[in-house]
Amino acid sequence: MEASEAKSKRAGGSRLCCICNKRRPVLKRPKTLQQICRECFYEVFEEEIHQVIVQNRLFKSGERVAIGASGGKDSTVLAYVLSELNRRHNYGLDLFLLSIDEGITGYRDDSLETVKRNEVQYGLPLQIVSYKDLYGWTMDDIVKMIGLKNNCTFCGVFRRQALDRGATLLKVDKLVTGHNADDIAETVLLNILRGDIARLSRCTSITTGEDGPIPRCKPFKYTYEKEIVMYAYFKKLDYFSTECIYSPNAYRGFAREFIKDLERLRPRAILDIIKSGEDFRIATTTKMPEQGTCERCGYISSQKWCKACVLLEGLNRGLPKMGIGRPRGSVNGDNKHTKAGSTAKSIESKQCGSLDF
Amino acid sequence: MACNSTGCESGCYDREKDNGSKIVEDAVVTQESVCVKCKCNEPMTFGDGGSEDGRFCAECFRNNVFGKFRLAVTSHAMITPSDNVLVAFSGGSSSRVALQFVHELQIKALKNYEASRDRSLPVFGVGVAFVDETAAFPALSTEMIDAIEWIRSTVSSLSPPAKGLHVVPIESVFGSDSLDPRDRLVKLLDSVPDDTGKEDLLLHLKMLSLQKVASENGYNRLVVGSCTSRIASHVLTATVKGRGYSLSADIQHVDARWKVPIVLPLRDCVRQEITRLCLLDGLKTVELACRSQSGINDLVSSFVALLQEENPSRECTIVRTAAKLTPFYFNKIPETDDSNVPMATQRRLKRFNLKYDGSMTTEAFCPICNGPQNRSDSSELDYFEEGQESDALYAACCSSCRFQILPQDGSSREQFGSFLPDHMISQVKHQKVNSQAYLREKIKDCLLLDDEEVV
Repeated sequence: MEASEAKSKRAGGSRLCCICNKRRPVLKRPKTLQQICRECFYEVFEEEIHQVIVQNRLFKSGERVAIGASGGKDSTVLAYVLSELNRRHNYGLDLFLLSIDEGITGYRDDSLETVKRNEVQYGLPLQIVSYKDLYGWTMDDIVKMIGLKNNCTFCGVFRRQALDRGATLLKVDKLVTGHNADDIAETVLLNILRGDIARLSRCTSITTGEDGPIPRCKPFKYTYEKEIVMYAYFKKLDYFSTECIYSPNAYRGFAREFIKDLERLRPRAILDIIKSGEDFRIATTTKMPEQGTCERCGYISSQKWCKACVLLEGLNRGLPKMGIGRPRGSVNGDNKHTKAGSTAKSIESKQCGSLDF
Repeated sequence: MACNSTGCESGCYDREKDNGSKIVEDAVVTQESVCVKCKCNEPMTFGDGGSEDGRFCAECFRNNVFGKFRLAVTSHAMITPSDNVLVAFSGGSSSRVALQFVHELQIKALKNYEASRDRSLPVFGVGVAFVDETAAFPALSTEMIDAIEWIRSTVSSLSPPAKGLHVVPIESVFGSDSLDPRDRLVKLLDSVPDDTGKEDLLLHLKMLSLQKVASENGYNRLVVGSCTSRIASHVLTATVKGRGYSLSADIQHVDARWKVPIVLPLRDCVRQEITRLCLLDGLKTVELACRSQSGINDLVSSFVALLQEENPSRECTIVRTAAKLTPFYFNKIPETDDSNVPMATQRRLKRFNLKYDGSMTTEAFCPICNGPQNRSDSSELDYFEEGQESDALYAACCSSCRFQILPQDGSSREQFGSFLPDHMISQVKHQKVNSQAYLREKIKDCLLLDDEEVV
């Protein structure tokens, strides 16, 4: 916005950090466009996260907390900042690193090396859980079978369960993930675009799954991705910076591009999207999924079988489309009838997705 | 969700291939050369690269679009025999279609009236309003003059029944006793630092001017031609500007926040249908240069266009999702005891009232955008004293208007407040009084002292 630009130009004219007025500014803060020095940036970055943790009461003293660590910038910075704040403010937490090996050659095997280094650098015990062990399939195998559309669905569903299984192995009370403001804003947009009102009501919560196996929280909910990168850069933190090789076709890409353009025009729009998401008037009587357990594996599920089991079944039977998109004919409970041939009958009777609204 | 076979994600495309019982090539050709609805006429091809081309014949297509319009009108009691309806006409395709359809409804009503013996149901009145934005865009004055001429001839061709045309200069929001309203408008817009905020403020002023002309000329309904596509963009712009709470108020069929309730009869029609209909019926439109957007609004429009390319029913999904948000108590035509209103209408209104139960809370409204506010947002209102107008304005506005419309520093804000139309300023004072009264109501039974003695 022009006004704040003019203001910072005036400050820039005197060539001093906006906050401490002592040191030379070396960066423009993505969130506020303030020109500040390194030390002040570290301080304001860490302090804001500390405030989020305190105001939202994310932790209790004595808790065992697993940090979802992929080796990427978000989880590396999360591990670093969390252990730092834990020390500085005496949160009294027992921290662990939990990493998931999806079996993606040339990507995950490299990033896992980074996490192993983080284990040493931050002194946090590491647990690795792999898709191969849990499900018998690596993402490489899965992509070979289903191609490059919908592969993110498989990975996301499998990862969610893998994290819970890993958390159980570590016997932790809570899981923290590095989801940042950009991620949450993208998710809000995605849910609007895809018509998922139930998810829309849940996706802005800073803590989720309190009534499930392991509650999860996102301390970076209000932290900009750009600031995380900046922090990692200035602190020279060790992280793995490549995009997943299978991700270019994800629908989320649309939302991500849009948000990048939006941030350029108006940085605070990212937080505004999150605010909108929190403020949406969604009736609590909106059809929320009923919580049960999966018949096959015992994991938490709103259907007869959990999504991971449905997808796995599809993979094992050579039916890659099972569990993807809208339910055809009978839902996953009656798996025998999801073969292509018999589904055709139940669909032919009505036009696919008739335009009625 | 419309199935466009290239974009359909449910896999039916694959299913056809797996099936083996696919229809033979030739059969496909002949099957598709008949309207899929009536199965007798030849389907229309618009050749515009859009979806569902070459499926319906002209008649079925037209009936479909008009049918959606008529359904919206009747099920929400938008236009009833005793009403006097003002159609907001911008010259664009949506408002042209809205005007055309309202005209056709009126013709039908007139025919029925003349044919009936007892003449019990009067014909509703129709007027047309065009907002002249020359004061905000002086460079477009010649274009505007031509447009107005064209609009005049268009409206006069739509009779009988005759319709009054009101060309409303946007600076009329300041009232007739304001000195140099054009200059005031320019000063007001110039004091807004943000481009998107400027655009949005102009929209709010436009609505105010429409409301003014409607109420001053005895209209009791304002028809706005917003289509599904426009609403989809609005859903995203509102989300992106932090206006998630008030979003559900803006996108319903009826918006009765205003003195003259606004109705959206084309809410369920997509822009593609409207453009095609204009082509089909030879409805001329005029695109004014001031309609182009900048900043965030433009970015969102491009984004939606991109999404549409990827999947032509994305707009519909966006609006359908937003439609699941809880509307407000004012999102329906208010019930009335007016004896002039026919029984059928009264019954219809009553039926609709059952939907929105309970929450008849007095919402606080932002004086600039008229958006309902979350109680927590407006709690700062009471901390400011009388006389500190600019701060009262700041406190009364929603967070989005505070950021993108109000100037940042106190003195510019005070000046800005002096340029605002009186109607908006009076909202601020009105709200202040209201919120005190609202709180007082809640704790009244525990207060020991009278009004003036308690701070």
